[in-house]
Amino acid sequence: MNYTTPQLIIFFGIVAFGTLLTRALPFILIPEKKEIPKFLKYLADVLPFTIIGLLVVYCLKDVSFVNTPHALPEIISIAVIVVLHLWKKNTLLSIGGGTVLYMILIQYVFK
Amino acid sequence: MTNQKSALRVAFPYTIPVMAGYLVLGTAYGILMNSKGLSLIWILVASIFAYAGSMQFVAVSLLASAFDPLGAFLMTLMVNARHLFYAISMLGKYRGSGRIKPYLIFSLTDETFSIVCSAEPPQGTSRKWFYFFISLLDHSYWIAGSVLGGILGSLIEFDTKGIDFVLTALFVVILINQWRSTKNHLPAMIGIASALLCRIIFGASNFIIPSMLLILLLMTLLKRPMERGINK
Repeated sequence: MNYTTPQLIIFFGIVAFGTLLTRALPFILIPEKKEIPKFLKYLADVLPFTIIGLLVVYCLKDVSFVNTPHALPEIISIAVIVVLHLWKKNTLLSIGGGTVLYMILIQYVFK
Repeated sequence: MTNQKSALRVAFPYTIPVMAGYLVLGTAYGILMNSKGLSLIWILVASIFAYAGSMQFVAVSLLASAFDPLGAFLMTLMVNARHLFYAISMLGKYRGSGRIKPYLIFSLTDETFSIVCSAEPPQGTSRKWFYFFISLLDHSYWIAGSVLGGILGSLIEFDTKGIDFVLTALFVVILINQWRSTKNHLPAMIGIASALLCRIIFGASNFIIPSMLLILLLMTLLKRPMERGINK
């Protein structure tokens, strides 16, 4: 890292501004007094269900089925999370158990 | 004041999974920033003002290359374009939150969105303060984690490889909860299928925006079957 202090300030300012822009744009375009268009209301109802699926794929985007270990750590860990969660319905247990299992798998089993 | 206090008490349990994820990932972020030669002040500035979770990791990798403001801006928009969807989803729910609304919008990260999009405040709890404390608690976990990581830096050595899976696990659990909460699985399946397809076609670093466009297209075409059975 060889940025000067002013460059760092500009850099983090830009990242902060770009991030805020993506979150604020819909709120700027549809201010409080304006009625939310029907289509956006429909999107608002349905999108939460859709985006979480997109996010799961986003988290796994760098996983390869072709190269060893053929996504096995991810597949095994997610399968365990699903079974654990349907069985015990304990969010912390499912997340904690799945993560620890994944770490063991990639650090010791499929290294 | 009691109104806010009770909202805080009600909001806290919802944030516990994010606390685990953010403390761990924030620490990893702090360690990473520290290894790039950035002092605690910069870690603090980045986590308070450029609060974006995963985008902050991308920002670290940008710091390794030459200073390129326009490139950094476009990269930020690309990586964070999905936040447009979060904001659209929260347009109605964040209405009427007054002076705390800018903060609610500013702090709408993946993880905070994943909670506020499905959590409903119990009766008698102020909706806006409920959302506010979920957002604020998540933000403070991230800041605390990254500062901790910056301090620990090279002090200790432990193998954190694979720890970022905690967020994958969080999203998988939310997906299961959503799946069980409705009979209509079409929206969820469209999200997964569109993202998978675009990941295969466009590759790991360029698939988010095509996925969003495909999702929008399918939502327009399949409005009727999509709406069936979704709770309003």
